[in-house]
Amino acid sequence: MLQRTYSLTALIAIWGVAAALLQSRLLPGPLTIGAAIVTDIRTGELPFQMACTLGRVAGSFAIAMVLGTIAGYAMGRSKAFDRYVDPWLVVLLNMPALVIIIFAYIWIGLDETAAIVAVAVNKLPNVVVVMREGARALDPELDEMAKAYQFARLSRIRNLVLPQLAPYLAASSRSGLSIVWKIVLVVELIGRPNGVGFVLGSAFSLFDMAKILSYAICFIVLMLLIESLVVQPLERRANRWRRRPA
Amino acid sequence: MWCNRLNDAQTAGDAAPLELRIAAKSFLSADGARVEVVRDLQLRLEAGSFGALIGPSGCGKTTILKIAAGLDPDFRGQLRTPGSGRLGIVFQEPRLLPWRTVEDNVRLALPADRADVDLGDLFEILGLGSHLTRYPAELSLGLARRTAIARAFAVGPDFLLLDEPFVSLDEAIADRLREELLALTARAKVTTLLVTHDLTEAVEMADRLFFLSDRPTHIILEKALPPPRGGRSSDVVASISDEMRALIAQAAIEHGKS
Repeated sequence: MLQRTYSLTALIAIWGVAAALLQSRLLPGPLTIGAAIVTDIRTGELPFQMACTLGRVAGSFAIAMVLGTIAGYAMGRSKAFDRYVDPWLVVLLNMPALVIIIFAYIWIGLDETAAIVAVAVNKLPNVVVVMREGARALDPELDEMAKAYQFARLSRIRNLVLPQLAPYLAASSRSGLSIVWKIVLVVELIGRPNGVGFVLGSAFSLFDMAKILSYAICFIVLMLLIESLVVQPLERRANRWRRRPA
Repeated sequence: MWCNRLNDAQTAGDAAPLELRIAAKSFLSADGARVEVVRDLQLRLEAGSFGALIGPSGCGKTTILKIAAGLDPDFRGQLRTPGSGRLGIVFQEPRLLPWRTVEDNVRLALPADRADVDLGDLFEILGLGSHLTRYPAELSLGLARRTAIARAFAVGPDFLLLDEPFVSLDEAIADRLREELLALTARAKVTTLLVTHDLTEAVEMADRLFFLSDRPTHIILEKALPPPRGGRSSDVVASISDEMRALIAQAAIEHGKS
């Protein structure tokens, strides 16, 4: 923890020195950015735009995780299903994010549904790939045990399947969260009237570096907080049965 | 009490025997060839008795047990399980859920009508009382095996299958576990089928022995042992075992001739 603080402080110090030396409007110093952030928080502008973006992140992330887990599990468990669906998966995996976003906006319209669907579809194939591996790795011996003791379907999912999938779920949600929020910004840049991506787009046309940096930094900090306050504690809870190194 | 239901089932005249007939069981090997594992195997075990399947390694004991457990429907033949067919099974490996505690592992296997049953006695008999909140990774193999045995008895089985439950335990612990298991089967009067390669173990515990041939497996010799089971002294066990060895050798020779 202490090392991390030092390392981050050093980064900010280097930035401050570079900004002081250059004295350019294109690289504002940390103090300027700090002041800009405080102002935008006071006016409510920054919290509002971040909430818009965060809502889209949450929505598309949830859709991609749920559908991807179900599809990946089915593909990992049934060879026949896997053979049929795999070509679609390959197509989807190699479809550029921008193409999916444009299709969604054209077919669905320039609205919230299109934005969330576009991001979810971008993320979906990665979840499917990871969860398929997870489903393939399920222990057949535990399956047999559950069958012999006639575990109810729900109990089997809760006590047998999900704990075995937990590491795969954690891996895909971590990589997922970072992909999703990056794509959400693109979606907002192209076709939404609010959100961090929209603000960055209009700041770019005005060459307003202070605004770009302050919004980008705030959003990165928010995602780091979610990672360390939500994702990591959940992971620790899921792994509490593992023997800790003494 | 965890054993009450079993006794009720017994007095209610739940006396159907275990009947297993496997006309043929084969599977495909990795290179696509058909391997016949079992042929013409017939087995009948009276309700409440303890049978042992004894045979050389690789003769298909576990395959037979899986069929008896109803886990493998891919065979030609018939299976009738005793009682209402509620099964308790102890696999060769403990097969516990590593992410659940000892108590949860046992309770998760319980059918809905026994969900709130008091398992204190059972845990006490098996010496698990002080380990209930531990996870399987923190247990010795002996304790993990006990947990698997507790799980099998906790469901209140009509029918108990044991697949070499004492291998790779040291002798002292295996002996104690055998005694505990015998006490539990006697108390619950459950129809039990034990798979083992250890003749002495079978003679100690069972009241009916089934000796298996090599593949394709069938029964070459069936032998009822005089009661009481469990109470046999080591001399008696040794002399019965010797007698059995002679009989098996003879049966094997006859089997080879035919």
